[in-house]
Amino acid sequence: MSMFNLKKDSISYRAQVSGISPEHKDYLHRVRMGKIFVRVIQLLIFCTALLLWEICANAKIVDPFITSQPSRVLKTMARLYVDGVLFQHIGITCLEAIVGFVLGTVLGTLIAIMLWWSEFLCKVLEPYLVVLNSLPKIALGPVFIVWIGAGPAAIIVMTLAISLIVTVLEVLNGFLTIDQEKIKLVQTFGGTKFQVLTKVLLPASYPTFINALKINVGLSWVGVIVGEFLVSKAGLGYLIVYGGQVFKLDLVMTSVIILGVAATVMYQGVVYLEKMLVKNKT
Amino acid sequence: MKPVVEVHNVGMKYQSLNGEITALENINFSVRDGEFVSIVGPSGCGKSTLLSIISGLIFSTSGTVFLSGEKVMGTSPKIGYMLQKDHLFNWRTIYQNVMLGLEIRKNVTPSTKEYAIKLLKTYGLYEFKDKYPNQLSGGMRQRVALIRTLVTDPQILLLDEAFSALDYQTRLVVNDDIYDIIKKENKTALLVTHDISESISMADRVVLLSKRPGTVKNIYEVNLNCANRTPLSSRETQEFRHYFQEIWKGLDVHV
Repeated sequence: MSMFNLKKDSISYRAQVSGISPEHKDYLHRVRMGKIFVRVIQLLIFCTALLLWEICANAKIVDPFITSQPSRVLKTMARLYVDGVLFQHIGITCLEAIVGFVLGTVLGTLIAIMLWWSEFLCKVLEPYLVVLNSLPKIALGPVFIVWIGAGPAAIIVMTLAISLIVTVLEVLNGFLTIDQEKIKLVQTFGGTKFQVLTKVLLPASYPTFINALKINVGLSWVGVIVGEFLVSKAGLGYLIVYGGQVFKLDLVMTSVIILGVAATVMYQGVVYLEKMLVKNKT
Repeated sequence: MKPVVEVHNVGMKYQSLNGEITALENINFSVRDGEFVSIVGPSGCGKSTLLSIISGLIFSTSGTVFLSGEKVMGTSPKIGYMLQKDHLFNWRTIYQNVMLGLEIRKNVTPSTKEYAIKLLKTYGLYEFKDKYPNQLSGGMRQRVALIRTLVTDPQILLLDEAFSALDYQTRLVVNDDIYDIIKKENKTALLVTHDISESISMADRVVLLSKRPGTVKNIYEVNLNCANRTPLSSRETQEFRHYFQEIWKGLDVHV
């Protein structure tokens, strides 16, 4: 998405500067048509898939009891809405995801700063980080439930467990790849370690942070859904598990679709944030 | 009058698991006020290490460095350091980049701000002050880097291969440009380079270091017969080639 916009901007910029020659006009036209073509095909695939799904289910080629179908998904959604629980489930899941996401990013960054600050601490903790990074964090689920109790807190901790170590390693790695000469520059002015951190490390790591955010958006959703599978009484993950257990595939499909939309919106939110910040920086 | 920089019996040994490396040995020379001194030597002879020692960023394992008679115990506001690349921060505007050193030294006052603006105006960068570094050419960026150093009002400038990241044409122009600014601002300068022509063209004296362990092999007084000397006009003089030959022989390069 962002790449397309960038291209469009630079194209119109050049057109303004040079005045439009027929060849250039032709080129711009081809680019625009190419983009429209891609969009049309995308839409076509989407509509065809939905239509096929609906038709096959209606014609009993597939069993709608197992596969559900678009019309039933819409009905389920409407029923959840009428019952007044639709936004409650979405809200709970989104809230857990956002809290886990923000906590994971902030704590991860703080820990990374600590590890950068003390080389000794970094060396000592390295094997622990390696083990924690390799361990499938989902295995810790039961531990969290016992320790924290079945509820949103356990789910947030699950989310944190999944995204934290990755953030720490990503940000620390970003710090360590920063040009040593830039740090030397600050030191030539008599800069302290804290000034190296605030004047060079943090601002220079800006692309790393955005990257970590993007990774964490995905991971926090994994954490939330796993958490809800294990303990919850509400949320989209709960609806999916519950729907599976009572064989209401309509409910499962509906929840999965809502989940897909919610996760995409949050990811695009980060992309939008990145664009806003980039605009302010350059 | 006391020399501005006095390097006295300086030696440097690096320790590693594979053993000990003697980078510098028994270095002695001094720089007078307002003088431009170049240090040339083969790669790896410890030229940059020597500058880092003079600046107080690292400490020599033997000997002492004096700045205006005072022993160097750490980084000093008397010294301005210019690195190989401009290292302008691309998240800061030109003006904010120029202010970096003052911010670090917690010396942002109305008068230093005014001085920064004055320097930017004098050296033709005022209209770019709100632009970002990636909108400037390599030569202009180097000029900004110099102003970033000058604004902290150092007495001595240490230039560590400060031009070697530029392409040859730009480099000749920037040599002239920076030389002109250093002379106008009346600074003492110490330039480290591996480029013999560059070292002669800018310097009043050239210090030749031997290969590792680096030690002073010879010091050449550069006397060029040329009015209104600039690095570029220096290169056109008769004597230039003579100095080049002599230093080249002294460098004793083998492949």
